[in-house]
Amino acid sequence: MVVLPARSLAALIAAKLTRAALRLTGRGATTLPGLAALSLDPAVAAHIAARLPKGVVVVSGTNGKTTTSRMLADVVRLSGWHPVHNRAGSNLARGVAAALVADATWIGEPRADGAIFEVDEASIVTVARLVRPRVLVITNLFRDQLDRYGELDTVARRMRDAAAALPVQATLVLNADDPIVNLIGDNFAGKVIRFGIDDATVHGALAQNVSDLTHCPRCRARLRYDRVVLGHVGDYRCPNCGFARPHPEVAATQVESDAEGTRFVLGAGEGAAVRVPLPGVYNAYNALAAIAAGHALGIEATTAARAIGSFRPAFGRLELVEAEGRRLRLVLVKNPAGFNAAAATLLSRVGSVRLLTALNDLDADGRDVSWIWDADFEALAPRIEWAVVTGLRSRDLALRLKYAGLKPDRTYVVDGWDDAVRDVLRRSRPGDEIDVLATYTATLALRRTLSRMGYAKEFWQD
Amino acid sequence: MDLRICHLYGDLMSIYGDRGNVLTLQRRAEWRGIAATVETVSAGDRLDPERFDLYFFGGGQDAQQDIVAADLAGPNGVALKEAIAGGAAVLSVCGGYQLLGHFYRPFEGPELPGVSALDVHTVAGRRRFIGNVVATAEQPLVGFENHSGLTYLGPNAKPLATIEVGAGNNGEDGSEGAVQGKVIGTYLHGSLLPKNPWLADKVITWALERRNGHVDLPALDDTAEREAREHAIALAHKRR
Ligand SMILES: [Zn+2]
Repeated sequence: MVVLPARSLAALIAAKLTRAALRLTGRGATTLPGLAALSLDPAVAAHIAARLPKGVVVVSGTNGKTTTSRMLADVVRLSGWHPVHNRAGSNLARGVAAALVADATWIGEPRADGAIFEVDEASIVTVARLVRPRVLVITNLFRDQLDRYGELDTVARRMRDAAAALPVQATLVLNADDPIVNLIGDNFAGKVIRFGIDDATVHGALAQNVSDLTHCPRCRARLRYDRVVLGHVGDYRCPNCGFARPHPEVAATQVESDAEGTRFVLGAGEGAAVRVPLPGVYNAYNALAAIAAGHALGIEATTAARAIGSFRPAFGRLELVEAEGRRLRLVLVKNPAGFNAAAATLLSRVGSVRLLTALNDLDADGRDVSWIWDADFEALAPRIEWAVVTGLRSRDLALRLKYAGLKPDRTYVVDGWDDAVRDVLRRSRPGDEIDVLATYTATLALRRTLSRMGYAKEFWQD
Repeated sequence: MDLRICHLYGDLMSIYGDRGNVLTLQRRAEWRGIAATVETVSAGDRLDPERFDLYFFGGGQDAQQDIVAADLAGPNGVALKEAIAGGAAVLSVCGGYQLLGHFYRPFEGPELPGVSALDVHTVAGRRRFIGNVVATAEQPLVGFENHSGLTYLGPNAKPLATIEVGAGNNGEDGSEGAVQGKVIGTYLHGSLLPKNPWLADKVITWALERRNGHVDLPALDDTAEREAREHAIALAHKRR
């Protein structure tokens, strides 16, 4: 047993007391204890992390990090780990610290043997230096909340800095199909494992109006695409400098997707069959990322496939809520690529779409709501039976639907979360499915409302 | 009547909601029975100054902006100025606005030359202006700004609007954007035009008049636009 320095011990105790107090008052304790620990002594989190025998895995990227890290937590658990994991979207440095503090004993001994952390792109460098991950997974990089993250080039630079801060024996797990992510492996000294989709039949169902990347991230010549899956993700090559999609070590072949989920066969290696119980090709990418990270940790693909086969989605990621016989499908949307992926999944089902959609512009949502104009509402509009629109920026969303071609008499702007949910229930019948597309704090608010009405449980009880 | 729109460098300069501006121009023409086409002209293409009535020139990331500045320093910059002299209307936002001025001066490295279609110049600033903007022109303007460039107007450019909430051109003189003839530059996205339909209609009118003489656009039902604008203005005041 190693005793913590007095300062770290004090920070740990303060953080634990904060957590206990929050629990007593019935509130979720996902970040405040971490903030307490970090403000008193950042070394306390580093101290605990360094004593996890199986080490730390960090998952970052624009979309899919919550689902990927939860899948990966299931994968490592099935192979015998007892990991600590930051759930419920507290993915800043303070959330990571809070999870470590909550897991540790009062003298700073971790109870877990390893850690799986999803980490926000803005915090990635801080967290990488703090917890020294043995594996860093990057899912994809898209334009996202310009006001918070800055330009895509800035985010990519941050990811490269985080990679440079990794210990020498660390492994980078990268999406081969995303040129920006792929390039991060270019000058990396350690090991790189790439994942991707090796199936020519997988290409975008939606017109890709806005691409973040039309030019080579290495030499700036125009990129050529043989296949586009989503945005700038696909099969690309640069005619000028030779930069091209590499052959991924972990590759999905024979991909089949329907409303219930996605199935594929791992091309390289054992050829294990994988069933992802979540619809949408982007969830195939999330599963591939988890399998590739498992591979980096020495976990068999068959074990990973088994864990993923019984995966349960996280808060706001295709979560189903039953309300008065209606099925509400909650999907968190926060940037154009995420929205387009959600829309493509929705459109792959038959029949018309009943929509509850909510736009907020608080810090966690992004204060700039411009992104809705880059999202492909045009593809969705012809299939919408009606849309109930709510949130702090509901009028912007209603206007977006108007310009997307939805008739004004199919759009209902409703103020207040309770009234919006009630309006949806009034407009629908038992047996109906309703798609709920909302930004981060709007999803939280709607979920809280559904929970208060007795339809869903509080999210930190997950 | 038809409206020919050019999305200038649309593949390179299309950040955060620029697409909404192009969409708004197109829809508001179509809703009045005016056929509208949108074509993208990019670096390396040859811009025909006769072809378009309206140019939309949006913002971009730094690396992309370098490619565009280099292209504008060649024949396409000359063609764009010819088009403007021939009566075409231009709406530019953020990076596009900066490149229509005389130059952009970064902290380090060489000045990026602009095409001098607007009598403005821009210098790199230390702080980034991010947030909701409310400004007053002939009618209220509302949008979102995100820039660190400081833009200053010369005598031939007039401010587009006066700032009520936010920083605008430079955070010092209370001005936002610039107008010179039928060329408009602004830092507002959001997107800008959906919530400020009067400005969209003004630009469409200017553009149509290039080939049609005096144009009076019939009014549209702008209830949704007005509501979105009023709510955005109220929120911006509340959170300032
Ligand atoms: Zn290249």
